[in-house]
Parts: sequence; structure tokens; C-alpha cells
Amino acid sequence: MGALDLARWQFGITTVYHFLFVPVTIGMSLLVAILNTAWVRTGKPAYLRATKFWGTLFLINFAMGVVTGIVQEFQFGMNWSSYSRFVGDIFGAPLALEALVAFFLESTFLGLWIFGWGRLPKGVHLACIWVVAIGTVVSAYFILAANSFMQWPVGFTINHRAELVDFGQVLTNKVMLATFPHTVLGCWLAGGVILMAVSSWHLARKRDLDVFRPSLRLGAVAVLVGAVGTLVSGDILGKIMTETQPMKMAAAEALYETRQPAPFSLFTVGTLDGTEPIFSLEIPGLLSQLATGSFDGKVQGINDIQAAYERRFGPGDYRPYIPIAYWGFRLMIGFGMLAALVAFVLLWLTRGKRVRGRDWIWRAAVWSVVLPFLAHSFGWIFTEMARQPWIVFSQMKTAAGVSPSVGAGTVLTSLIVLTLLYGALAVVEVGLMIRYGTKAPPVADGAEPHDGDEMSFAY
Amino acid sequence: MELTEVWFVAIAVLWLGYFVLEGFDFGVGMLLPVVAGNAKERGAVIETIGPVWDGNEVWLITAGGATFAAFPEWYASLFSGFYLPLLLILLALIVRGVALEYRAKRDSTAWRRRWDAGIVAGSAVPALLWGVAFANIVRGVPLDGRHEYTGTPVDLLNPYALVGGLTTLTLFATHGAVFLALKTTGEISLRAAAVARRAGVAAVVLLAVFLIWTQVQGGRPGTAVLVAVALLSFASALGVLARGRQGWAFLLSAVAVGMTVITLFAVLHPDVLPSTIDPANSLNVENAAATPRTLGIMTWVAVIFLPLVLLYQGWTYWVFRRRISAD
Ligand code: HDD
Ligand code: HEM
Ligand code: HEM
Repeated sequence: MGALDLARWQFGITTVYHFLFVPVTIGMSLLVAILNTAWVRTGKPAYLRATKFWGTLFLINFAMGVVTGIVQEFQFGMNWSSYSRFVGDIFGAPLALEALVAFFLESTFLGLWIFGWGRLPKGVHLACIWVVAIGTVVSAYFILAANSFMQWPVGFTINHRAELVDFGQVLTNKVMLATFPHTVLGCWLAGGVILMAVSSWHLARKRDLDVFRPSLRLGAVAVLVGAVGTLVSGDILGKIMTETQPMKMAAAEALYETRQPAPFSLFTVGTLDGTEPIFSLEIPGLLSQLATGSFDGKVQGINDIQAAYERRFGPGDYRPYIPIAYWGFRLMIGFGMLAALVAFVLLWLTRGKRVRGRDWIWRAAVWSVVLPFLAHSFGWIFTEMARQPWIVFSQMKTAAGVSPSVGAGTVLTSLIVLTLLYGALAVVEVGLMIRYGTKAPPVADGAEPHDGDEMSFAY
Repeated sequence: MELTEVWFVAIAVLWLGYFVLEGFDFGVGMLLPVVAGNAKERGAVIETIGPVWDGNEVWLITAGGATFAAFPEWYASLFSGFYLPLLLILLALIVRGVALEYRAKRDSTAWRRRWDAGIVAGSAVPALLWGVAFANIVRGVPLDGRHEYTGTPVDLLNPYALVGGLTTLTLFATHGAVFLALKTTGEISLRAAAVARRAGVAAVVLLAVFLIWTQVQGGRPGTAVLVAVALLSFASALGVLARGRQGWAFLLSAVAVGMTVITLFAVLHPDVLPSTIDPANSLNVENAAATPRTLGIMTWVAVIFLPLVLLYQGWTYWVFRRRISAD
């Protein structure tokens, strides 16, 4: 493997890893803020206990999001220096704004929230966690603006490099306008699943019902909101994607020949290389609907797009790796919708004042914790890999973006070291999550937490 | 003033903020086993930086992002050229960040000891390597016509750079010890002040050698004044510390760290990364810069948000101004 492939592996691994923590941070910060608000408004000790319980899980996760994020920022320069030279004039600004506008807010106010229990007035303390929650969404906005430029570059001109013409266009890229709600709603789904799955573990054991029943229902509602939201925004995203990167949509269906109307296959047994599949379960017209908004719309096939791109960009292979695109797309949707199903069942079982359910249902609900991570990872793997061979669509190929002066050995070293460290930290993190997730929530002895308490809460 | 000059100054300010702030929390991290005798004391020492270290680190993230945006060529050459030191810094920061958050998450001595070792190493390694990196930036590195680094990782370990690294290491250790003396009570505070005096002697010598070397190598008459101010403020920090004026000592050591950063950037200017092969290959504020449009937008954002950041970070320090005791 050369430096290029190694750099791609490294980017994929570190970024997917970073994005395991990000959705939980975005989703849980909101849910913790809601629980904290419930406590401040009602004064019920159960809400205080819930706030502290979920707050601790949130913090365990947050630490990992922070440390893996720094790698993200550095590796553009380290592994992708040609890319950085090419897009820096446009791509750098959202990254800098993200840090200046969002990361400072998040980190500073999270510190105030963690250590401020009993030291800040209740209302001010509550405001801190809301600032954190809003900060996470702002940071998602900026980073997705940067990413959307790679999917559909706008507001620029080429003068040896990409130079900014209109920053407004970069910040309102049409891909961005759909990706941002889609991702944030997917993150709420992820946060909701954590509440739902962990609460299920406790409810199965009939423990602390006053804390975990409302937590479970809050989580399940967040999952349903997130699922409906990703569905609606994903549908819009599909149409924009067909317009901007038709090859990606064709790859998502492994559709080699242009068809009208085009069916959507739920799954296929076969090689997906254009030969007749062994078996395929198809819904007629659905791909047309997804891509064009009409059940008998025309969807361009891979072969036609390949020919058109050769005319437009010169000779070359403009097809991404099809099986990844095909399965990534389905698995993203499938795992997300499965989470919604679990949420729906749990809401039903806990309606009124009851808490019903059989062992296997609770066990399934606990295991549903993996679903959002799978859905998000496959979503991003699809988005990024089905854009290939472009690093910036239509402007720069991935192969041209890599650092010319960094050798394969160097990249390999960092790939190995980072992967090992990330692997070890994953074990620690999951261990802590399980440990704290299966603990009883801290007792609120009627009184508010006071000064000195924070030691046990944070350190 | 040209926008490129504004952004050269802005980048210097971000690094200054980073070194002044994270400088002391690196110091606190490094000195953990030295100033704290038992588990309780270690908890108290960590608590002095607990609410603020993450916010301090964002100064680095902002400096990185701003360099990418304002001087893309500089960002690309620097980060790909200094690959291995940056990788080590990243590894250290990862371990340190996780260690700070996880060390008290289990009630086990072995667990805590392991993470505490991570905090010490994770603080010392970047404190050393940032000095190495900045010395190399000021001295220049072999850049070819495409501004790509053509040296080896070992080239970055030249004597001047090593002195630079030892300087930041001891400077941050002292800065952190002064901070600890100020932020704690009783035994810990006394021990920290004693450590600051000892580490301070090494730091003041190294700082003098490093800054004078820098001045001789590439300074101008004006930068000699900066060197003098940096050294003077650091020496005074140690002086007032000896008289028990911890608040003043911390302020002066912050000034010394800040003046050191200013000196380095002043000597560097107008280059941002000189080439030792051919001055024509050097990156400077002009040929490394983004377009005026990008710089203009960034300027507006910085003018609005940087003061806000200073305001609320300042407020955090005010909220947590109380000294921390081990009992
Ligand atoms: C819980 C997570 C989740 C769920 C349930 C869904 N998605 Fe999604 N999807 C993501 C999480 C996600 C993501 C990981 O967040 C991505 C990657 C990039 C992005 O913008 O969002 C994504 C990307 C993504 C893209 C690629 C956009 C591009 O490359 O420009 C499309 C077309 C869809 N999604 C469409 C859908 C549809 C039609 C869904 C129907 C239910 C759906 N997604 C559910
Ligand atoms: C704004 C955010 C993002 C930016 C700027 C970005 C940028 C990039 C860049 C520069 C590459 C390397 C070139 C390439 O191989 O295509 C890449 C590839 C990749 N990214 Fe993203 N990415 C972002 C978000 C994500 C996220 C959140 C994930 C996953 C969770 C992800 C997954 C991947 C994968 C798997 C690859 C490898 C694809 C391949 O090489 O075939 N990306 N992305
Ligand atoms: C490859 C591109 C990416 C870069 C350069 C990047 C950079 C960073 C950095 C430096 C941090 C640490 C901030 C801190 O210390 O507080 C971070 C955390 C974060 N990132 Fe990323 N990131 C990338 C991908 C993404 C994507 C695609 C999203 C969202 C859609 C995202 C959302 C966040 C959020 C919300 C946080 C703060 C919460 C946390 O630390 O977990 N990032 N990122």
C-alpha cells in the first residue's frame, strides 16, 4: 500500500472513530439540558438524579470527542497538504470559526456546568448546559459547511487554487442545508438511544423507576423525532444528491443502466457489478421517487454517467466502489429505522403509568444501543466513499490531495499508533460507560448539591 | 495595516493565549507527583485546572484553524513537514485529555496511578516539543520550491531547537508551579512555591540562552528590547515569589511566557517559515496568505468573538477564584 491508500485508511479510521462520540455529545447535551430544566422548574429530586446520572455518561463520552477532534484538525495538514493548499482559502475559515465560535463556548461552559453545581445560581448553572448544547449544534454547522464544499463546491473561483468569492454561498450551500438538519437529527436519535437503552437495563430490573421511566420515555421520543427527521431530511438530501452527484445515487442502487421508472432494492444477493443478481427484493418506482420526487422519474445509470464524466473531465474511472455505496446506504437507513421501531415499542409498553415488557424485549432494547453508531458510520462511509475518486467533487481528485513529502512509512507509523491507541481507549471508554450506566443514579438527599460535592461528581 | 499583517499578529496572539494558559496547566500536570504527596492532594492539584484546561486547549485548536484559514500554505508546509513531532504531540494530548477526565472515575489506586502517569507524560511531551517546533519555525527548515519540507525528522532536533524545547519545558513547569502556589493552600502551596524557585533557576538560564541565541541568529535592534522585557519579567516573577507575592508572581510569569512568544514572532516576521535551502523558497506573510476576502471575513469574526471569548473565559477564572485545599 502506498502513502495515498494509507492516508485514506487513516482518515477513514480516525474520522469514523471521532464520529462515534460526536452524535452522543450533540444528542445527550440537549437531553441533559432538558432534564436539568425539568429539575429547575419542578424541583423533583428524580430529575436532579437523572440530570447527574446522564450528565456523567455524557462527560465520559465528551472527553473522547474532544481528544479525537484535535487529530481531525491536524491531519488535513499532515496527510493532505496538497488538498490543504488547494482549498485552504475556503475550507479553513469554517474550521477556524468552529473553534472560535463554538469550541470555546462548549469547553468553557461545560467546565462551568461540571464544577459550578452549588457555586453558581441555579438559573445561571442551567444556562451553562444550554450554551453547551447550542455550541455543539453550531460546531456541527460549521464543520458540515466545510464538508458540503467537498460534496458540492460553491462560491469560489479557481486561480491555481480554490479562492473564495462568496462566503454566504459557502454557508448556505444547498447540500449543507439538507445535510445539517439530517446530521443533527440523526445525533438526537443517537442521544435518545443511549437514554432508552440504558434505562431499559434498569427497568428490566425494576430499579429506580422514578428516574428511569421518564428517562426512557424522553429518550424514546428523541429517537422518534430523530427518525422522522432523518427520514424527511434524508429524502430531500437524496434529491439534492441526485442533482449534484448523480453518480452517488446510481452507486447507492448499483444501477448500471439508466431506467425510468427505477426500482429500489431492499437487498440484493449478487456481486453488484452489473451482472444479473441471484436474488433481489425490489420496490418498483421507489428509487425514482427518492431521486426525483416522482414515482416514474428517470434515474441515470452508472454507465451513462461514467461516459458523460469522461467527456467532461477527461479519461478516467469515475465510479466509486459500488458495494460499499450500495450497502452503506441501506444499512444507514435500516439501522436507524430499527432504532425507531424499538423506541415505538418501548413507548407503547410504558404508556399510562405502566412499565411492562418481557425479558427479551428489555434485552433487545439494551442491545439497540449499537444501532445509531452503525447508522451514522455507514451514512458517512457512504457519503465519503461514494464521492470517490474526488476529494473535492469535480475540482480535485483524492490522489492529488495527499502530502507529497510524507512517505508511506511515516503514514503507516501514525496509522498503526493511532489505531492502537484508539482501540485501547475504546475498551476503557466502553468499560466506563457500562460501569456508570449500570450504577444506581446518585441519591439526592432532598437538598441541592452544595460546594465540595463537585469532587465526587467530576474528579 | 495590511490584512496579512493583521493575521500574522492574530496568529501570534492565539499562540500567546495558548502558551500562557495551557502553559500553566502543562506545568501543573508535569509537577503532579512532585507537589502532591497523597491521593487527596493529587485530587486537589488536578482540581486547580479541572474547570479550565479544556478551554485552554481550544486556543491551540483555534490557532491551528486560523493558520489553515489565513495562511493555508503555512499550515500545509508546517503540519506535513513537522509530521512526527506533531504526531507525538497529538498522542500526548489524547492521553492527557482522557487521563484528566477519567482518573477519578474508578476507586482504584492502580487505575489512578496509571492515568496520573499519563497526565505527567502527556503534559511534559508537548511542553518540550512545542519549544522544539517553534525554534525550528524561527530558525527555518529546508523547504523546496513547492514549499514542501525536504529534511528528515532528525533535522528538527538541532541544538538550537533542543534548547528551545528545554526552555519551554522548564518555563511551563515554573509557570505551573507558580499557578499552583497561588491556587492552593497549606502544604501544597508551600511545596509548589519551593518547586517554582528551583525550576525557575533552570528556566531563567535556559530562557536567557535561548532568547539571546534567537536574537543573535536573526534579531533586529527592536527585538532586543523584547528579549530584555521577557527576561526581566521572568526574573521579577521569581523575585516577588520569594517574597510571597503569588498573585504578582503569576502575572509576571504570564508576561514572561507571553513576551517569549512575541519575541519569537517578531524575529520571524515577515517570514512565517523561512527556507534554509534558498530564501526564495521561504514562506512569508504574503506568499503564504489566503485572499483578502477570506482574511476580511475572518477579521470581522475575530473582532467580534475574540473579546467575547476573553470575557467569558475571564469570568470562569473569577467563578473558580477560590483557593483549593486538600482537606
Ligand atoms: C441515525 C442516523 C441516520 C439515519 C436514520 C439516516 N441517516 Fe442518512 N446520513 C446520516 C445518518 C442517518 C449521516 C451519518 O449523518 C450522514 C452522512 C453525511 C450526512 O450528511 O449525514 C447521512 C447521509 C445521507 C445521504 C448522503 C448525502 C450526501 O452524500 O450528500 C443520503 C442521501 C441520506 N443520508 C439519506 C437518508 C435517508 C433517505 C434516510 C431514511 C430514513 C436516512 N438517510 C436515514
Ligand atoms: C466535515 C467533516 C468531514 C470532512 C471535512 C471530511 C473530509 C474527508 C477527507 C479530506 C477525506 C480523505 C480523502 C478521501 O479518502 O476521500 C475523507 C475521506 C473519508 N471520510 Fe470524510 N470528512 C468529514 C466527515 C467524515 C465523517 C464524520 C466520517 C465518518 C464518520 C467520514 C468518513 C470518511 C471515510 C470513511 C473516508 C475514506 C473514504 C475513502 O478514502 O475512500 N468523513 N473525508
Ligand atoms: C474532519 C473534520 C472534523 C474536524 C477537523 C473536527 C474537529 C474537531 C475538534 C478539534 C474537536 C475538539 C473540540 C474541543 O476540544 O472541544 C471536535 C469535537 C467536536 N466535533 Fe469534530 N471535527 C470533524 C468532524 C466533525 C463532524 C462531521 C461533526 C458534526 C457533524 C463534528 C462535530 C463535533 C462536535 C459537536 C464536537 C464537540 C463535542 C465533542 O467534543 O464531542 N465534527 N471536532
